[in-house]
Amino acid sequence: MWAGCPLLVAHLPVYLSVLGIPLVTVTAANTLVVLDLILPNGGTPAGTSSPASSSSLLNRLQLDDDIDGETRDLFVIVDDPKKHVCTMETYITYRITTKSTRVEFDLPEYSVRRRYQDFDWLRSKLEESQPTHLIPVGKSHCLFVAHTMHQGAALLAAGAYEVGTGSSKPLPEKFVVKGVVDRFSEEFVETRRKALDKFLKRITDHPVLSFNEHFNVFLTAKDLNAYKKQGIALLTRMGESVKHVTGGYKLRTRPLEFAAIGDYLDTFALKLGTIDRIAQRIIKEEIEYLVELREYGPVYSTWSALEGELAEPLEGVSACIGNCSTALEELTDDMTEDFLPVLREYILYSDSMKPCILASLFHKALKLKNLSVLKKRDQVQAEYEAKLEAVALRKEDRPKVPADVEKCQDRMECFNADLKADMERWQNNKRQDFRQLLMGMADKNIQYYEKCLMAWESIIPLLQEKQEAKHLSLAEINRHDLEIMVTVERLVPFGILLILEDIVSAATNHVETKNSIDDSGIKYYS
Amino acid sequence: MEQAPRDPERQLQPAPLEPLGCPDAGLGAAVGKEAAGAGEEDSGVDTMTHNNFWLKKIEISVSEAEKRTGRNAMNMQETYTAYLIETRSVEHTDGQSVLTDSLWRRYSEFELLRNYLLVYYPHIVVPPLPEKRAEFVWHKLSADNMDPDFVERRRIGLENFLLRIASHPILCRDKIFYLFLTQEGNWKETVNETGFQLKADSRLKALNATFRVKNPDKRFTDLKHYSDELQSVISHLLRVRARVADRLYGVYKVHGNYGRVEWSAIEKEMGDGLQSAGHHMDVYASSIDDILEDEEHYADQLKEYLFYAEALRAVCRKHELMQYDLEMAAQDLASKKQQCEELATGTVRTFSLKGMTTKLFGQETPEQREARIKVLEEQINEGEQQLKSKNLEGREFVKNAWADIERFKEQKNRDLKEALISYAVMQISMCKKGIQVWTNAKECFSKM
Repeated sequence: MWAGCPLLVAHLPVYLSVLGIPLVTVTAANTLVVLDLILPNGGTPAGTSSPASSSSLLNRLQLDDDIDGETRDLFVIVDDPKKHVCTMETYITYRITTKSTRVEFDLPEYSVRRRYQDFDWLRSKLEESQPTHLIPVGKSHCLFVAHTMHQGAALLAAGAYEVGTGSSKPLPEKFVVKGVVDRFSEEFVETRRKALDKFLKRITDHPVLSFNEHFNVFLTAKDLNAYKKQGIALLTRMGESVKHVTGGYKLRTRPLEFAAIGDYLDTFALKLGTIDRIAQRIIKEEIEYLVELREYGPVYSTWSALEGELAEPLEGVSACIGNCSTALEELTDDMTEDFLPVLREYILYSDSMKPCILASLFHKALKLKNLSVLKKRDQVQAEYEAKLEAVALRKEDRPKVPADVEKCQDRMECFNADLKADMERWQNNKRQDFRQLLMGMADKNIQYYEKCLMAWESIIPLLQEKQEAKHLSLAEINRHDLEIMVTVERLVPFGILLILEDIVSAATNHVETKNSIDDSGIKYYS
Repeated sequence: MEQAPRDPERQLQPAPLEPLGCPDAGLGAAVGKEAAGAGEEDSGVDTMTHNNFWLKKIEISVSEAEKRTGRNAMNMQETYTAYLIETRSVEHTDGQSVLTDSLWRRYSEFELLRNYLLVYYPHIVVPPLPEKRAEFVWHKLSADNMDPDFVERRRIGLENFLLRIASHPILCRDKIFYLFLTQEGNWKETVNETGFQLKADSRLKALNATFRVKNPDKRFTDLKHYSDELQSVISHLLRVRARVADRLYGVYKVHGNYGRVEWSAIEKEMGDGLQSAGHHMDVYASSIDDILEDEEHYADQLKEYLFYAEALRAVCRKHELMQYDLEMAAQDLASKKQQCEELATGTVRTFSLKGMTTKLFGQETPEQREARIKVLEEQINEGEQQLKSKNLEGREFVKNAWADIERFKEQKNRDLKEALISYAVMQISMCKKGIQVWTNAKECFSKM
């Protein structure tokens, strides 16, 4: 197979270098090929593809290379969920607002309503146009398109969905009412809306898929159901022809480059999975720490109630610990609700890029096997070689490269540029996303510590508050003694009373007191 | 706090309740000069500078701990730890310290000293010893008595104990304490010769008194309640703190896992940033060991006051005992007087054995009655004397005890405030370290 696509091979090193993967050189016979690109509308023209499509693809690539989106020409928003109650069923629709300057759209703006099953339909249509089922790629079965849908589906499923990294995520409890998912709870609807919005945005961002015909219809058609019924036949034919081709195709060995890319993506996903597990573990430990802290603080309050001078300081410490507990709770909430989900999405996205990338590579390589193409190529090849020979013999100027060969080369370069652009874009996004994610995590931790620092620093002055040092003079001690109540009590039944008085004997101030009371301090009565 | 003693003899004896093992007057004078005064130490024990009528200052330190083996009372081989006590006297003029004494003591000897002090100074809140066995441990701390960290903390605790005694205006003058610091051999015998064990109140007697006393000083009753509650709350606090320490340890250590993820093999651009961030996480994870070690010191300060609660209760118990004794003596006296009166007047008011036998066997002769009256009168006199002295003792006790309790309260408030401040400072330092580490990590991430 590789013998048939030297240019592909020749350019493979370029985008592999983008990945930073050590290269394996492959030699191939120097033959020209005609490559067919899969056009955005899902069709594959037999024979040569028009130059128009190549150049427009280039244009689109250029547009999409601009990550900032300043030259974006398509915007899609999902909002305004509404409940519809019909006789047969109750369901929720979401409003899809589209704004675009693309030629594919008749109007500059559209607003339609779609329900979940419409999204599902869109997903399956897009999947068909990307034949991932060709690819034996291990455990991850999610195309990034599919995965975004699956994320929404995961919210439904009581169980888990499998991610390439093997982590599973059960349904958050708040959605489950009596063991059944509450499809109409506000939270669920909102979460789903977000997922669907993301799903559409992903497609919007994709240089190829955003031009998909079905996507266009999804965004614009007043009556989607009518269209759904209509388009099936044509697309089935297309899909089948592809399948037919694969049926006759056998890969002897998986090419090393694919293996390298595959391995890299696998390893990266594994590492991210490890990060996810570590983060989960940390959050778990932090929550347990929080539980203990919540018990710890109040004990100082209990102590404070026993004390006099220490009451305020102890109460202050108790409040301080309470503040730290709250800060910790905020941290763990943030991590659970922001960091982890985003990380997981990121993992899935990275994970699902693999089949997408490999799919592109494979499919394009596969297309080379298209007999009609090969035939044409061989023909062109033979012509060209003949001409070369003739030139060599006759020592004439090299013939001009035939137009269609040029077209082939163009197409080849388009394909390479396409793929390279894809990889670079992905790589860049990956780095940016990951960096944002990690910086966000660091930020949250910094904020937590800053809150705690503030709490403790504010308590220092309270603790250092100096009350007047009580040097108890003897006078004070004596006063205490005299304040003791003299208690009288019947000790024995025959009426003898004992009065005990505490007398300060040695106090200088109370000599009079001493003299006035009987030395024995006992008085008894009969 | 304590007024200048009028009687120089009183100065040298233990509290004036009962004249006990009379210390040598000559030695006593030396004690007054040398052993008195505040020990200056970095453990934070306050110096009684406003009571500074001592001539010299001494410094006491428990500087070393050593494992020893020897034979115990049952002639069995045992391992124990001995502590080196060094005493330095500080020359007033130039501040230089000269090592005057150094000897080795083991924990049991400290206990002996304390028990002696408890008996001879029942009106004093006697400083507690560090715990005998490690309690309130969190998982990383060892509960083993031979563990070096435990031994180290105990060494500090013992030093603190000695310094508390040395800075106490009354306890510091005790001869046995002085000998503890200076006389290595034979000290045990000397202590035992005082016969203090015999003079100790039996626990049973004390318990009995606690239940049956009718008229204790309300302040002591309140104090007893306070010390019970203090003990309970500090125990709870220490227990929860140990759990908190455990969990915090877990949180920090788990962060170390980040550092173990190897990035450089697969990532080119991001690899460096990630690895160095991982390194910072390692620093973070290892910082917890020092942090928690410092916190142990705070826990030890709390523990001291936990044990002080017991010392407070001991003083209350003594009061109750004395009070009960007094009440019993008064009751006895009253009954004797009653008897005497009855005999004198011939009336029988209450049931008595004598009355009954009289009825049964006939009246006794006037001579017999006279004799008995005389005996009773003697007893009454004796009883009155005793009651008088008991009452005096009781009042003395209450006065002295309450003075010491007030002193203790001041000390407690000061010490605990300082402990809380140092705890807050520890927390602040921990927060700052955390901020530093995460800021560094964030910088690594930003360079990715």
